[in-house]
Amino acid sequence: MATIDIRSVSKAYGGHAPVLTDIDLSIRDGEFIVLVGPSGCGKSTLLRMIAGLEAISAGTIAIGGRVVNDLAPKARDIAMVFQSYALYPHMTVAENMTYSLRLKKTPRATVAEKLEAASRKLGLDAFLARKPKALSGGQRQRVAMGRAIVRAPKAFLFDEPLSNLDARLREQMRAEIRKLHAGLGATSIYVTHDQVEAMTLADRIVAMHGGIIQQVGSPLDLYDRPANLFVAGFIGSPGMNFLPGRWDAGARAVRLSDDSALPVERAIDLPDGSAVTVGVRPEHVGLGGDGGLAAAVDLVEPTGHGIILHLRLQDQPFKALTTDRRYLTPQESVRVTMPADRLHLFDGNGDRIA
Amino acid sequence: MTPAPRRPFLQRLGDRAEPWLYSAPALIVITAVMLVPLVVGISYAFRDVQILNPFSGGFVGLDHFRALAGDKAFRVALVNTFWWTVLTVLIQLLFGLILALLLDTPFRGRGIAQALVFLPWAVPTFLTGLNWAWLFNPTIGPLPHWLHALGLLAEPSNILSDPNLALWGPITAAVWWGIPFFAITLLAALQSIPSDLYEAAAIDGANPFQRFWSITLPFLAPVIAITVLLRTVWVANFTDLIIVMTGGGPADRTQTVASYIFTQAFKRLDFGYASAISLVLLFLLLAYALLILLLRQRLIDRDK
Amino acid sequence: MRAIGTLAHRLAILVYIAFALFPLFWLVKVSVTPNDLLYSEGIRLWPSRTTFEHFRFVLAHSDFPLFFRNSLIVSLATAFAATTLAGFAGYALSRFAFRGKLTVSGLLLVTQMFPLVMLVAPIFKLLSPLGLTNSLTGLVVVYVAFNVPFACFLMQSFFDGIPRDLEEAAMIDGASRFGAFRQIILPLTLPGIAATVGFVFTAAWSEMIFALMLISSNEKATFPVGLLSFVSKFSVDFGQMMAAGVLALIPACLFFLLIQRYLVQGLTAGAVKG
Ligand SMILES: Nc1ncnc2c1ncn2[C@@H]1O[C@H](COP(=O)(O)OP(=O)(O)OP(=O)(O)O)[C@@H](O)[C@H]1O
Ligand SMILES: [Mg+2]
Repeated sequence: MATIDIRSVSKAYGGHAPVLTDIDLSIRDGEFIVLVGPSGCGKSTLLRMIAGLEAISAGTIAIGGRVVNDLAPKARDIAMVFQSYALYPHMTVAENMTYSLRLKKTPRATVAEKLEAASRKLGLDAFLARKPKALSGGQRQRVAMGRAIVRAPKAFLFDEPLSNLDARLREQMRAEIRKLHAGLGATSIYVTHDQVEAMTLADRIVAMHGGIIQQVGSPLDLYDRPANLFVAGFIGSPGMNFLPGRWDAGARAVRLSDDSALPVERAIDLPDGSAVTVGVRPEHVGLGGDGGLAAAVDLVEPTGHGIILHLRLQDQPFKALTTDRRYLTPQESVRVTMPADRLHLFDGNGDRIA
Repeated sequence: MTPAPRRPFLQRLGDRAEPWLYSAPALIVITAVMLVPLVVGISYAFRDVQILNPFSGGFVGLDHFRALAGDKAFRVALVNTFWWTVLTVLIQLLFGLILALLLDTPFRGRGIAQALVFLPWAVPTFLTGLNWAWLFNPTIGPLPHWLHALGLLAEPSNILSDPNLALWGPITAAVWWGIPFFAITLLAALQSIPSDLYEAAAIDGANPFQRFWSITLPFLAPVIAITVLLRTVWVANFTDLIIVMTGGGPADRTQTVASYIFTQAFKRLDFGYASAISLVLLFLLLAYALLILLLRQRLIDRDK
Repeated sequence: MRAIGTLAHRLAILVYIAFALFPLFWLVKVSVTPNDLLYSEGIRLWPSRTTFEHFRFVLAHSDFPLFFRNSLIVSLATAFAATTLAGFAGYALSRFAFRGKLTVSGLLLVTQMFPLVMLVAPIFKLLSPLGLTNSLTGLVVVYVAFNVPFACFLMQSFFDGIPRDLEEAAMIDGASRFGAFRQIILPLTLPGIAATVGFVFTAAWSEMIFALMLISSNEKATFPVGLLSFVSKFSVDFGQMMAAGVLALIPACLFFLLIQRYLVQGLTAGAVKG
């Protein structure tokens, strides 16, 4: 177990624009970090640099206080679970799981012991003699996990380990990873596209975009106080609604394009008339009632446990989430309200205001 | 941005060198046995190099090429090379394509049939040559008698010794040996055509012939083009069958440029002259490749 | 209508099979025909009596076992050496991004293009001061060089088929790059290696031009050289020649069976790259 310190790390592939710029991140011992961000933002690259599979163009990475820039992957004592699982096809499950131990010339009895412990933990006892191709997707995923945990490494790296599983299995494995982490307490870095995985697994989420860290914080931090428009839009599903407006300092409200005012309770220090973006999450939008703004209904999407209303508000697409089944029947228009304490305000640069 | 600490020099060197360490042995062998001789061979073309003449070795400038311009055998060889290459490649292509189409439909025993029809490709070329030479030999082989019975030959004689027909001997052997190559390549291409394309066309009401014309051929065209291009060069250089079956005879009627080079080097031991011919052959092949590339470019430009 | 089509299809296949096998059949037929029937039953499909006399003679009283042995040594040595070199180079081409990679691929490709017969004279001249003419070693060196480029492309395509993740996983598990290559990649490429060995073996077994040029003595002759000199010296003894021919056919056919499955893959790799 170890801390991981990433200091001003950058990565550029020869001749191309940089893929990662000035990444700074300190990971505490035993912490579970989740990297999220759109495809191509450099999550895998960062992970692979920590693993030693990719050279570091600038900056330093330290594991357990020791700079590892020049260490080969095998000298870093980390384990990695690949999206493709990368199980060795010509080895049995047992051989797959113990390959690293055997490379380290671990005494045979110890190998057997660790294999047993890991396979019991993951429910793999029955499959130890099989080759990977005789396993289901979920079982393969477990073997990949098993291969990582038998080693008791300093840190675990996961690159979208569940993305090849179906929804139900994913949910189950998510819970198991949570349990495993609680039991092993190992420092972990986990890359995912999945909102729910990020929210449920992470001690802290690192949101990345275009090779730059946008925000680091606890899942609720990112949900409640997104640092900028990108994070606001990326975290949460369906995504946050945005409306352009102007700050009216006299009225302490945001004036939308039709001049209607959204009062803001927080103390805000902005010059009068500056452009702002108002954000509100679909689940916080109030429907019905007399006040509020009129919105046209474009589409009604029942999800079973709720309903997503696709609206058009002042010519902007706008979504509202409700559990009120009345809205299943098509209506021409509804009135929406946005609670003042649920509004997010972003300045002209897209950064959060207060 | 703080720069990464400089990695130790040796380590950086090691990282740089790694791919070269893996490929060095292969590159060294290729350089020593192919590239160096190539360069040396080009220099021979301008020197007098005869193994049997200890006083040879001097620089002779363009003498060899001047001799070549007046060499009637060489001119015959050029014409022969043309016919040998064109006929061999086209017939191989035609029969290879038919075979690939036949094998593309599933039927019982296809695996065995495929292994059997591809077998000639495994037969060593010297043996292919000898084998066909024997088949064309009226004392031992059946072919002259059959050709005679069919009325194609006035008498059951050996076509390999008939100056007008001799080239057909090596061509037949080359076709027999080379059909599998085309068939295998085209079969692989055929099998990569997504079957839902055919299904879609069938639903659209295309009959089998229309499907072949509008789906199969366009898909095969690039493969055919590149295979023909490569095979043309290969067949033009391929001398085994000619050397084994006719030795270039009778009266040089089956001598190709490539076999002429071998004859000059092997029989006359005149390496200078052989290298001069080689250089001409190399230029001809380069010109051919260039021509094809230009044509391709024209076609691509026209499609735009 | 449909039945007629099927019938025509099967007939066409049969014609192809007959065309492919007939020359080989004839080779076998003559090799088992007794000398006295050779001409009297010259165009019968099968002789009225058969004999293994020709084989016995070839094996016991001719140099063919020697030629066979020479060819076997040369072909096996070539196949293993070329496959080893091509394995390493193909791995580098498949797995590393390095400056000069394009040049290397280009170089390999060029060697596939120019007429090898051009090299007959210079190679002879270059090898003779090294004592490598009229030597099996010299022949192996030349054959290895000729076969490495194509074998490289083949091996590269086999390596490309193995996901990179696997060796990265192995390196994280504690293997060095070479260890990952040896313990993970090589075992998975074994079928590909077998196919490459088969291709190179067949090519070396068939090679004739350079063998004719470089080998001058009977003791060093490979099969084609021996057979051709036999043909030009004793061109009347058809039974024996064809028995020898049948013997030359056997290893090639064995290897053909071995590599049959990979023909399509290999040739498409070659057609695309080489
Ligand atoms: N070898 C390479 N050469 C050049 N650019 C590369 C290379 N590998 C990756 N990239 C680029 O680096 C960027 C980041 O890639 P990376 O794989 O880290 O993205 P990611 O965030 O993991 O995306 P995904 O969620 O799709 O897995 C991409 O734009 C990619 O095109
Ligand atoms: Mg990724």
